[in-house]
Amino acid sequence: MNTISRDEVAHLARLARLAVTEDELDTFAAQLDVILASVARVGEVAADDIPPTSHAVPLTNVFRADEVRPGLTQQQALSGAPATEDGRFKVPQILGGDE
Amino acid sequence: MNELVRSTASELAALIHSGEVSSAEVTRMHLERIAAVDPEIHAFLHVAGDAALSTAAEVDAALAAGEQPRSPLAGVPLALKDVFTTVDMPTTCGSKILDGWQPPYDATVTARLRAAGVVILGKTNMDEFAMGSSTEHSAFGPTRNPWDTRRVPGGSGGGSAASLAAFEAPLAMGTDTGGSIRQPAALTGTVGVKPTYGGVSRYGLVACASSLDQAGPCARTVLDAALLHEVLAGHDPLDSTSIDEPVPAVVDAVRRGAQGDLRGLRVGMVKEFAGDGYQPGVQGAYRAALDQLSALGAELVEVSCPHFDYALAAYYLILPSEVSSNLARFDGMRYGLRVDNGAATAEEVMAATREAGFGAEAKRRIMLGTYALSSGYYEAYYGQAQKVRTLISRDFTAAFTKADVLVSPTAPTTAFPIGEKVDDPLAMYLNDLCTIPANMAGNTAMSVPAGLAEEDGLPVGLQIMAPALGEAVMYRVAAAFEAARDAAEGGPLFRRVPGLEVPA
Amino acid sequence: MTTATDALMPYDEVLERFDPVLGLEVHVELGTATKMFCGCPTAFGAPPNTQVCPTCLGLPGSLPVVNGVAVESAVRIGLALNCTIVDWCRFARKNYFYPDIPKNFQISQYDEPIAVDGRFDIELEDGATFRVRIERAHMEEDTGKSLHVGGSTGRIHGAEYSLLDYNRAGVPLIEIVTKPITGTGARAPEVARVYVAALRDVLRGLGVSDVRMDQGSLRCDANVSLMPKGATEFGTRTETKNVNSLRSVERAVRHEMQRQAAVLAAGGTVVQETRHFDENTGFTRPGRVKETAEDYRYFPEPDLVPVAPDTEWVIGLRKALPEPPAERRRRVQTDWDLSDLELRDMVNAGALDLITATVDAGAPAAQARSWWMSYLSQEANTRGIELAELPITPVEVARVVALVAEGGLTNNLARQVVDGVLAGEGTPDEVVESRGLAVVSDDSSLVAAVDEALAAQPDVVEKVRGGKVAAAGAIVGAVMKATGGKADAKRVRELVLERCAQ
Ligand SMILES: [Mg+2]
Ligand SMILES: [Zn+2]
Repeated sequence: MNTISRDEVAHLARLARLAVTEDELDTFAAQLDVILASVARVGEVAADDIPPTSHAVPLTNVFRADEVRPGLTQQQALSGAPATEDGRFKVPQILGGDE
Repeated sequence: MNELVRSTASELAALIHSGEVSSAEVTRMHLERIAAVDPEIHAFLHVAGDAALSTAAEVDAALAAGEQPRSPLAGVPLALKDVFTTVDMPTTCGSKILDGWQPPYDATVTARLRAAGVVILGKTNMDEFAMGSSTEHSAFGPTRNPWDTRRVPGGSGGGSAASLAAFEAPLAMGTDTGGSIRQPAALTGTVGVKPTYGGVSRYGLVACASSLDQAGPCARTVLDAALLHEVLAGHDPLDSTSIDEPVPAVVDAVRRGAQGDLRGLRVGMVKEFAGDGYQPGVQGAYRAALDQLSALGAELVEVSCPHFDYALAAYYLILPSEVSSNLARFDGMRYGLRVDNGAATAEEVMAATREAGFGAEAKRRIMLGTYALSSGYYEAYYGQAQKVRTLISRDFTAAFTKADVLVSPTAPTTAFPIGEKVDDPLAMYLNDLCTIPANMAGNTAMSVPAGLAEEDGLPVGLQIMAPALGEAVMYRVAAAFEAARDAAEGGPLFRRVPGLEVPA
Repeated sequence: MTTATDALMPYDEVLERFDPVLGLEVHVELGTATKMFCGCPTAFGAPPNTQVCPTCLGLPGSLPVVNGVAVESAVRIGLALNCTIVDWCRFARKNYFYPDIPKNFQISQYDEPIAVDGRFDIELEDGATFRVRIERAHMEEDTGKSLHVGGSTGRIHGAEYSLLDYNRAGVPLIEIVTKPITGTGARAPEVARVYVAALRDVLRGLGVSDVRMDQGSLRCDANVSLMPKGATEFGTRTETKNVNSLRSVERAVRHEMQRQAAVLAAGGTVVQETRHFDENTGFTRPGRVKETAEDYRYFPEPDLVPVAPDTEWVIGLRKALPEPPAERRRRVQTDWDLSDLELRDMVNAGALDLITATVDAGAPAAQARSWWMSYLSQEANTRGIELAELPITPVEVARVVALVAEGGLTNNLARQVVDGVLAGEGTPDEVVESRGLAVVSDDSSLVAAVDEALAAQPDVVEKVRGGKVAAAGAIVGAVMKATGGKADAKRVRELVLERCAQ
């Protein structure tokens, strides 16, 4: 199995929105390498005829009636917010992307 | 030490409901005990003395007015793992990123405890977002094991387990994703139960790995765990994975088990969980437990679950994958910590907040999961791990045709010194070797005290596993074993916790 | 990035050199009472963050539970588009960080959508039929809304900070994706518009959504690419978002064809990117170029269990589907005795469904047709929008017709009421109330007005008494003026003649 490079760790950190330090990059690269080498064992078991399991208990079709339930007040909704304005969550400027 | 705090939950309930002692008195004694020993143990992140006393007073008033107790545990104190949301207490999950966050809603577990008149003493310490096996990964400092305060109490629910062993609470709540209830129970000489996945609502339980997480009871005796189990369990329409079936009658099962007859019952010894890698004292206590079960009339059979060898590897792909997604919401936009470090954009603030707010283990698992799910790697890692999950379930199914319950040591070692494994993730992960398969398959499992390891005098746990919704037979075996063990040893294990007497 | 300087190739030349390929993704907000995964209401326009709960705010510990009616709507939409309804499917998490998505993942469907492989026949303006193949229809949740503050434009670019309202977060969406649409030639822009219009009609007929493009309950993303004539492989496509009206769908496709052709003709390559349509200029402009390619890390949503539609249930839903719009058109033509041309005019004006809905709401067919085909069509033309995008509903038009029939409104007043509704002043009854438009039908106040007018023009009274009844018109006119046009002229005339005769 592949091992993981420092650059790959930096890419993962970007994807995961973690502003890791240079030191952390080294530490994590080494540790993830060891862990991945170990967990890659899952590739040893034959696979083609085995269905994957995503849920531990085999339930299907669990639905809710389309009925309004009491939610939170605006004050409760905003109670944990680092910043608010006019009943809304205030966040730093969002660059580009989808509007 | 006040005798009330050394009592079991069922003893306290009897005293309170008969009017011999008030819930307020019981609560006060526990708060005093917490004040005395918690500076040393650090089981609690938050103690809610006033709220606890006012709940106790309500229970006392209702009883004084001639009302029936709201539940068999009405008036009994409990320590709540800080992973369940509470409207009147902070919920931090042991993380700086949620430091001081007060949720605007109660978890279903919290609501059921309140409805049952259980007195919530406070919130207990844990590895950050339930990721760890020692409680050293808490942002608020480690919890110490009451048996030896230089050692860890296990994790992630080390705070809950330690609170029981230190007599700070007779009951506690845990969550078990890969062993976070059972392994701390083993390391502290207490009882911990992981119910069947879907048996207890996850609504308001801050997710670690959604497909593996399960909340369950922690106590000092099997009966107390069963009493709490029946308060917690049952269908919740707010959790789509909650099972809509009757709750197994576990209290009845305990009463039957305590009569000490296991004739006709087949106990399967999992072949893969023995031998090298298991501390000699753990092996010794495990063998003694097997003898005990045999003496109770159970038939011991050896079963093989070959894919359990792959469980740890598959677990450390599935768990981080789900974690990477579940923890994405902690970004400093809507609640919790926000760090800007002069950053200008939302994206930069998110990254700075997450960098400052998460500890090393959380970051490690987030990156591992991000990797396992990314395009190009998904099939080899996550996809393959899910297939291992299928194979583990099949191993269980086959084993349960040969045995009614399966047994193994709960953990390969006894409590280890604080700091010994904290920088060696793989060594830490091995703690959960025996407990992980039940989370992968979703069936129920528990740990009961098996005795003390010869070489270090520290507790060892016996793991008992049963099929999904097979809690009744599991509790029955546990109760029979506990009664026999206590009789042989001249009392319950928890009576032998070294005194933590501190000047009052 | 001043896109106004993008070179465009003349449309005829584009068609001589290239074949367009379209792909249309339509997002429909369902009209369920509650959100996709929680019990919060979905009503549009509530104060910010008042229709939220732990689940749609993504609070730690919260869990989703699927809205059964949303699943039913998804199945009905799939059936109406002749899709196969799968017997087993799952939700997945689409992971990406963005402040309008509270969990930083969207619960959607990925490789296991609920409806697949459909076909949808649309009728072009000249009556020709064109078959659009449907790739899939799947369920997902909407995002919250951001308000960009600071900067000059109120747009995301240059904003100092943003304000988030999560009322819309979690509203059920059905995403309908076509297979690549080829063979349209010059008609690509028309096909795109007619497809969205026809889809909107079907969705309205199903009653699953209010399909308001102006309010975002129907949203279209248009994928466009060009192949050089004779080529067999598709070219690089762009995805144009922010297309908020049927007219814009057509303009955006046409513009992208012309722009891409110019790029290719100049020896350049088309960049695969998201572009935004600007309603004012009719141009598209590029979105932000992302430094890293998106990797959504989809995986099955562990908090939700699979959906396995029961076969009998699906069969029942199929049987109960409303008449498809094309069949209904033929029936309406017979029922109302319309010529082919009259029918096509109504269809092309996008009026047929509105008229039938108005008739269903109680209006006579003639009046319903008249309102939509003349007064409201003119209004839509003036505004440069589709008829259905006018902020008035068939039920409201039917109410106006009813008020006229009851004698509560004159035709002139009725137009003023409609103007009020279009201006956002409320329902017809509210406009009547607030503008004070009710016909003065109270005889005593009319008599007073008549007497006053008679007293002011004694000469006219004499003429009338002398047999020149036509002279009464001057008095009637004075009374109408005095009552601000709110009197029923016929009744006024009767009263004038009565009083003069006394
Ligand atoms: Mg989508
Ligand atoms: Zn909600």
